[in-house]
Amino acid sequence: MNQPAQFSIEPGQEGQGDRLCFTGSLSISSLGDLSNELEQLSGPIGTIDIGQIEHIDTIGAWIVHSQSVKWQCPVNGADADAQRLIDAVQVGDEGADSAGLRARQLPPLQRILGEIGESVSLAGHTLLGLIGFLGATLLTMGTLIRHPSHMRWNAVIQRFEVVGVKALGIIGLMSFLIGIVIAQQGAVQLRQFGMEVLTVNLVGRLTFRELGVLMTAIMVAGRSGSAFAAQIGTMKLTEEIDAMRTIGVSPMEALIMPRIMASVVMMPLLGFYSSIIAIIGGGFLCAVSLDIPPVTFIQRLREVVPLHDIWIGLIKAPVFGLIIGMTGCFQGLQVKANAEEVGLRTTAAVVQAIFMVIVLDAVFAVLFTWVGWT
Amino acid sequence: MSAAEPEIAIRVRGLRTSFGEHVVHENLDLDMHKGEILGVVGGSGTGKSVLMRAIIGLQAADTGEISVFGESMIDRDDTETVELRKRWGVLFQGGALFSTLTVAENIGVPIREFYPQIGVELRDEIAAYKIRMTGLPATAGPKFPAELSGGMKKRAGLARALAIDPDLLFLDEPTAGLDPIGAAAFDEQTRQLQQTLGLTIFLITHDLDTLYTICDRVAVIADKRVIAVGTIDELLATEHPWIQEYFNGPRGRAALSSKGASAHKERKSTGKDEG
Repeated sequence: MNQPAQFSIEPGQEGQGDRLCFTGSLSISSLGDLSNELEQLSGPIGTIDIGQIEHIDTIGAWIVHSQSVKWQCPVNGADADAQRLIDAVQVGDEGADSAGLRARQLPPLQRILGEIGESVSLAGHTLLGLIGFLGATLLTMGTLIRHPSHMRWNAVIQRFEVVGVKALGIIGLMSFLIGIVIAQQGAVQLRQFGMEVLTVNLVGRLTFRELGVLMTAIMVAGRSGSAFAAQIGTMKLTEEIDAMRTIGVSPMEALIMPRIMASVVMMPLLGFYSSIIAIIGGGFLCAVSLDIPPVTFIQRLREVVPLHDIWIGLIKAPVFGLIIGMTGCFQGLQVKANAEEVGLRTTAAVVQAIFMVIVLDAVFAVLFTWVGWT
Repeated sequence: MSAAEPEIAIRVRGLRTSFGEHVVHENLDLDMHKGEILGVVGGSGTGKSVLMRAIIGLQAADTGEISVFGESMIDRDDTETVELRKRWGVLFQGGALFSTLTVAENIGVPIREFYPQIGVELRDEIAAYKIRMTGLPATAGPKFPAELSGGMKKRAGLARALAIDPDLLFLDEPTAGLDPIGAAAFDEQTRQLQQTLGLTIFLITHDLDTLYTICDRVAVIADKRVIAVGTIDELLATEHPWIQEYFNGPRGRAALSSKGASAHKERKSTGKDEG
């Protein structure tokens, strides 16, 4: 229905520049490429005529206004509506700064150096913050031991369920499959030496010592560490945490401790469970494709897996749990400002937790070898 | 005012909405005229916001007919209503600014979505003057919503709602949470914008001062439907207990007396012209 906005240049009076005539509908829906074409005008323009236009909105008024400012010329032919809009945008123009809306772009080298610097300082701050947070956690733990009535058992039990019980299905399935994969891949390699029977050693020792706990830690970090960060981050955004503080509820006691306790307590249980299921998976494969009957499998397992392998797993697990719970809660508490931050912090929580778990796993491997648990 | 039948901007007939078992509206009718500011009032939980959401298509109606500018909104999907959606702007209760974008970028979003042919520079210019038009300082443009006060967020939300020069504006409790001075300034701004841009405004509010100062007509929602529509004087003439309590309660009387005082002042100052 609307004619597209157009303009034409008509010669004006001598020495006063041309006349810029707009026609059609000067509104956002029929603007087309008008503003770019206007940019190409070489001028000089003496007057602007909008007597022929059908319709104008503030965007059209803005264009007319900015042209009249650019050429410092009067606007003719505006009817009452158009004049009102032009006056309105003129008021809007005072002090408006469209160029300042976007951040200035630095040259690439400077920007890259800046980003590197920023991420180094961020890493440093995160590390310091985490150590501080560990301190705060220990202090809270101390308070809770001295005043056990402050303990929120309901919250703790609820977290136990979410972190532990509800993870049983997925961790079980994962472990079962990993057990099968280890046994199958191990058997293929060992067959070359005619030592297929050593598959039992492989499955038994690997799952108890390393994989059971490690894979569980990764799963818990992905499932629960991320949830901690997102929950606490969102609560921070909606000022729930501030509200808690004002009522005298310590967020450390009410939110953080139950989560950290849940991951510390549940990790060894889940890790042990995961190891057992992985061994069942390995035993299943041995029975099906290597003709090692389950009874023999279990007998061999008892001979080759030393008890300290189980201890190694059980010692590592709560430490991993502490790291996962702490990074999740810590990152959640760092959320400020907006929803995007929740996402970023959740990612950071998972990535940092898994990274630290693997680093610590290496440290533990060296440590346990050093004390002679080989 | 001319006696001719006013043009209808929004027509709602026999609307029924519900959340599961809970029926919010039953047989609700409403006519909104072009160029008016229609205040919508009702107790908390009577479905004022739900009515707005039903009209703009965010909430599916069970039965009933809703048409905006003569086009039916029922059972139309988003692509079919694009042209219609270009003609309205919505200010949500909390502002609902996109928190990861600056104020200026927020205002740019509807422009970019609906009119991609508008260049970046012009878009920034539009954003800059909309920011000023809604009474924000120019320095608010590059800020993020989290850095703004509640009142500034509302204004930024208004600027975004006005970004593509809509004909129809939905305001959901625009003055809630503002201090009285800020609220009065916001009302004044709304009135001015309405007059300058020729807007039709659907205004949900609890603010009696807003009702008295800027609304042309008021629709009252109670008992799951619109029980009365009209000027405040017309509403006061009705017998409905809720309306009586609403306008004749202590707050209603206070708002009325302040309105009376200011109207009196206005009459005094313009008395010469009339005489």
